[in-house]
Amino acid sequence: MSATLEKGVRVIKEVIDAPIASYFNSCVHCGLCAEACLFYTETGDPKYTPIHKLEPMRRIYEQEYTLLGRLKKMAGLSKPVTDAELKEWQELVYNSCTLCGRCSVVCPVGNDIVYMVRKFREGMSASGNAPDGIKGAAHRTVTIGSPMGVKLPAVKAQMKHVETDYGIPIPLDAEGAEYMVMLSSMEIINFPEYLGAIAKIMQQAGKSWTLCSTAFEATNAGMQIGNSDIARVIVSRIVDGAERLKVKTVISPECGHAYTALRWEGANLIGRPFTFEVKHIIEVLGEFQEQGLLKTDGKETDRLTFHDPCQLARRGGVIKQPRNLMNQVAANFVEMPDAGFMNWCCGGGGGASAIEEGEELRLEAFKKKKSQLEAVKPDRLVTACANCRIVLEEGLEHYQMDIPVVGLTEMIAEHIPEMEAKP
Amino acid sequence: MNELQFLTWVRGTGLNIAVGLFLLGVLWRLIEIYSLGRKKDLSAPRHVAGASGWNTVFRRSIPPEGMVKRSPVSYLGGYAFHIGLAIVVFLFAPHIKLIQSLTGLSWPALPSQFIDLVAVVTLAAMVVVLADRINKPVKRFLSTFEDWFTWTVTFLPVLTGWLAVRHLLFPYTTMLALHILSVEILLVVLPFTKLFHAFTVFGSRWFNGAVNGHKGVAV
Repeated sequence: MSATLEKGVRVIKEVIDAPIASYFNSCVHCGLCAEACLFYTETGDPKYTPIHKLEPMRRIYEQEYTLLGRLKKMAGLSKPVTDAELKEWQELVYNSCTLCGRCSVVCPVGNDIVYMVRKFREGMSASGNAPDGIKGAAHRTVTIGSPMGVKLPAVKAQMKHVETDYGIPIPLDAEGAEYMVMLSSMEIINFPEYLGAIAKIMQQAGKSWTLCSTAFEATNAGMQIGNSDIARVIVSRIVDGAERLKVKTVISPECGHAYTALRWEGANLIGRPFTFEVKHIIEVLGEFQEQGLLKTDGKETDRLTFHDPCQLARRGGVIKQPRNLMNQVAANFVEMPDAGFMNWCCGGGGGASAIEEGEELRLEAFKKKKSQLEAVKPDRLVTACANCRIVLEEGLEHYQMDIPVVGLTEMIAEHIPEMEAKP
Repeated sequence: MNELQFLTWVRGTGLNIAVGLFLLGVLWRLIEIYSLGRKKDLSAPRHVAGASGWNTVFRRSIPPEGMVKRSPVSYLGGYAFHIGLAIVVFLFAPHIKLIQSLTGLSWPALPSQFIDLVAVVTLAAMVVVLADRINKPVKRFLSTFEDWFTWTVTFLPVLTGWLAVRHLLFPYTTMLALHILSVEILLVVLPFTKLFHAFTVFGSRWFNGAVNGHKGVAV
């Protein structure tokens, strides 16, 4: 057994807990999880059955934690997990799993399969079997500060642009602000409108907010590859920044996995509860809307639909807020089939979009989104995750579908009256 | 050993061994699985009505929207044979008498003609789900020896029981002895195969419901 394999197996043994043991013992091989997975439904290849993606982990569980499995192992009757096998599984654990969690909500015996995949990735990463694309993103986040290599000067330049364009000051390191706003690299580089939108929305709501010079990047590729050590380093930066600035709430940007990493995994990664709250920007907007702090003028008149990011909806419980927000600014809002809790993934979540060699499969899986869109034929597609947005744009371009994709936050901000926005 | 001695053995020593192994096996497996424990979730919970472990234990018995259409045989066949098994095992008069003799507990039985019908439906449903396992690429791909084996040890008690009641194939005494023996095999096998989902299904649904319920997601 090679050193890396040994490490991987040890990590897998460590992450196996009572839920995972219960899940493996409950599986009856009914295959219903496959019907919930877009990588199976769009390719028809049984190897993409979600529970099968965990086969090496199941064997390690059986061989290490069950009496019969241990006896079989002692008698030399069990098949040990090998380096080659884990390498082969990379495609199943990363390229063809976006951690969307649809399998976990259909399994009749109640297995939380995505919970297991997330844990299995810890062992895959420890054994050196994480894909280079996400590994690179994680490495850049730790060494440079963001997965796309964005540094503070780039953020400052962006702040200056927005201040000039919108005439609203962008606070940096303002101690005692109510909200600390996080960004994703994607927003800094590709969607600068987001920061401008935040400035307008916060100004109208009369809330104090700030960016943080030591923690502006919210995305967490460490969580995506399944390396808790790296994920912890990235989360710790945000925790240190938020505690230094004594903010009440940290706002996760329009990014699904950043939200999961910070809102649900963060406290567990650092080993203590947070001293501040974490909210997705859509949750914050939902609160402003309820409190009457979000006043908009006019409505979009073209046909709009909303793509629920998996980590926000099914994995995060934020489902009604985007709909209420859509209805405030859209006169012709239509829902795709399966929208909301059961929405289908864009195909690029969970780090999958960073895997170059997975592109062909990703585009194949995109047929699911294509058929959802064809059912309602929208003029534009609205979402609340910068990663979904990029993946959707790539897919739409590939299938030559002329549907622009917009972020919900910026669409809301566009309807905030200009007069009020300028002091 | 003649047929009467065979029947006497399966009713006495055989039953004792099987029930003993079953109880010890179940206890061992439950400890083996659930003593692994889990870490406390330190993230701030979001409370939403209907999002909890117990909710999921019950809710997961109902198919999610659109799923019956995607895999009708899994759901309809699955319901038919699970409910059928429960009726046949727990509501047939001779079974209740046996349970009463072992535990002192008893309850009203259903008419034996009705049980007969349910047994036939159960057997038919099991044959259909087996055919589905052979036919459907995903199910066939996932299937191992254990899947075929556990199907067989579940099917045989129903089949032999029905044959015994109908006085078919072998003389009643032999058939009854075979029926009891097949149940004993099932009891011994259950804790150590996927049939153990009969117990862990509740734990699994609860964990899934609790982990996601912590986030305010009703799964």
